[in-house]
Amino acid sequence: MNASVPIKHTQAESDLFDRYETAKDNLPGSVTVNALREAAIAQIRDKGLPHRRVEEYKYSDLRAFLKSAGPLAGNVDAASARSVLAAADTFADLDRYRIVLSNGTYAAELSDTDALAKEGVTVTDLGDVLTAEDGARVLSYPKTGPTDGIVALNTAFVQGGMVLEVKDGAEVSKPVELVHVAEFAGAQVTRNRIVVGKGAKLRLLESFVGDTGEGEINAVFDYDVADNAVLAATRLIVGRTEAARLLTTTARLGAESELRTLGFIAGPRFTRNQQFVDFTGENSEAKVYGVTMAGGRDLADQTLIVDHAVPHCNSREFFKTVLDGEARGVYQGRINVAQHAQKTDGEMMTQALLLSEEAEMANKPELEIFADDVICAHGATSGQIDEDLLFYLRARGIPEDEAKTLLVLAFLSEAIEEYGEDDVTEGLEARVRDWLAGH
Amino acid sequence: MLEIKNLHARIAEEETEILRGVNLTVNAGEVHAIMGPNGSGKSTLSYILAGKDDYEVTEGEVLFNGENMLDMDPDERAAAGMFLAFQYPIEIPGVATMEFLKTAMNAQRKARGEDVLSIPDFMKRVKAAASHLNVSMDMLKRPLNVGFSGGEKKRAEILQMSLLEPKLCVLDETDSGLDIDALRIVSEGVNKLRGPERAMVVITHYQRLLDHIVPDVVHVLSKGRIVKSGDKDLALELEKNGYADYVDTAA
Ligand SMILES: Nc1ncnc2c1ncn2[C@@H]1O[C@H](COP(=O)(O)OP(=O)(O)O)[C@@H](O)[C@H]1O
Ligand SMILES: [Mg+2]
Repeated sequence: MNASVPIKHTQAESDLFDRYETAKDNLPGSVTVNALREAAIAQIRDKGLPHRRVEEYKYSDLRAFLKSAGPLAGNVDAASARSVLAAADTFADLDRYRIVLSNGTYAAELSDTDALAKEGVTVTDLGDVLTAEDGARVLSYPKTGPTDGIVALNTAFVQGGMVLEVKDGAEVSKPVELVHVAEFAGAQVTRNRIVVGKGAKLRLLESFVGDTGEGEINAVFDYDVADNAVLAATRLIVGRTEAARLLTTTARLGAESELRTLGFIAGPRFTRNQQFVDFTGENSEAKVYGVTMAGGRDLADQTLIVDHAVPHCNSREFFKTVLDGEARGVYQGRINVAQHAQKTDGEMMTQALLLSEEAEMANKPELEIFADDVICAHGATSGQIDEDLLFYLRARGIPEDEAKTLLVLAFLSEAIEEYGEDDVTEGLEARVRDWLAGH
Repeated sequence: MLEIKNLHARIAEEETEILRGVNLTVNAGEVHAIMGPNGSGKSTLSYILAGKDDYEVTEGEVLFNGENMLDMDPDERAAAGMFLAFQYPIEIPGVATMEFLKTAMNAQRKARGEDVLSIPDFMKRVKAAASHLNVSMDMLKRPLNVGFSGGEKKRAEILQMSLLEPKLCVLDETDSGLDIDALRIVSEGVNKLRGPERAMVVITHYQRLLDHIVPDVVHVLSKGRIVKSGDKDLALELEKNGYADYVDTAA
């Protein structure tokens, strides 16, 4: 008996299959990698793009959103990539190292590899890793596996990326920005692995600049935070674009380690930022922050699963969303606490501020607790700007727009400031102001 | 400076009138006190002057230096020189007090076509005003009014008033929640601002504030109307006899 009736493919799905046929011979990969690509595209063929009847995509129907899918971005010469970089303003004049992915592939000549090597950081081209015999190992993710539609798309099309390793004990003195540069329209599909060795410290900045036209960006980041290591990762998903921005993080934390992330969304028409955090060693802490602004008919989705599989770990999830126009915000957060993960401390909060009547927030915080000696809490709020606060500010002579800006900034800054990467705070707050002034 | 003529008002979308024909004229240089029992409409009057839109004016007019004040937005009124010291100053988490002061001062200056303040000039003004009012730098570093005690909030209101240099100061029960020392500091702050170019309306429930801020005229507001006006001795009389007489006459 044939259980699954073949689905009728959408235009975008057909486009993706065409894209695959055109691109597959040029995509990097060993025999096993190519087999994984085939399996991933078969999954899309079988199930279609993620849609609202899939629980995890209930509020973010990628299948309905994607009307078509163009080709992957082609190669680009270093000079044009340089000019895009020069025009880009990601973290202003923050002193930092830079690693560049140009149209989906690692561009060593544009990256600060020598300086990073001196700090104990090595960067490897993912293309080389994928073509090596055991290349498939970078595509295996125990958590999302191949089941997540966005990760499957990534596996099928991954063009390149990099593997960054911080050697044990190295504390990288400056933040490292991993910047995706787009030149000429086309989708970018990358995968990056960040390994922070035992006792090492890394501050990572992730950004996307240039124009992909109608092409989506699908980027997967895998963080491996070893025992006693610290990783802070700021992800900047900004700039007006009609194309989808699909970002996935998988993270594993060793013992006594610390992970902090901030996903900052302002601008794209369709964003999904999904994160899967696993505690694998005791006494570790994960703090996951989200700051989202969406207007017009934007959809911005922050999805998160934190798995407390071991005892004595803390997690904090704090998400702030500001919506205007007919925008939709989505927060889906789940803390899982396994039966033996005693003494888990988890605190999840999601708060939304709606600037218009038509904006809509889907807040879905969940706890799934099988241990009995834990402290876990979650909360969700959604509301308008407090008229009394607004009146107080206006009564002091501050015009309405400026007063609203102050209040929105105050609302979002709570998360930005608690995230605590002080040298990016000011830049992010300036982006909030810009978004309010211009969206 | 301020002319209130036959002002009737109710809470937007409700029937009962809270103000039922208030008449009041305050000239530059004068200090008027408005006294009255709880619920008589004192705060309502002050909110309507500041432009809070919870209230609907059903009749009458308010002129501020000859201009129809009711047509102006709250921020326009502030830039034109209206200041309300709130009975219950609100806490604004996430908005740093200093940032707020700078934004408010410069917004008013911009609205009046004046240059914005340089940072050193701004700091100098804040430091001077803060020291007079016994407001610590630590307080100024906190978010606006957040975690301030009742007395600190009232002092912060007067600090704002000193910095914004309004033409018309309306103080709504600024004395409530103040101990004797704080009352003296606040009153000194207010008295410093008295001048021939400035008018003040001091709303209070108790006479004791008026020992410190001596009014030119005292009005009794009861059930939404000014039922009696007199000189400062009227306040003393009220202190002795209570509001019972006026509550009855107005009924
Ligand atoms: N926003 C409001 N909603 C409901 N009732 C109000 C509101 N503001 C004032 N009132 C009512 O109007 C009357 C006058 O209140 P208020 O102006 O605060 O008096 P006072 O300041 O003299 O004590 C009271 O009966 C009060 O309950
Ligand atoms: Mg009152």
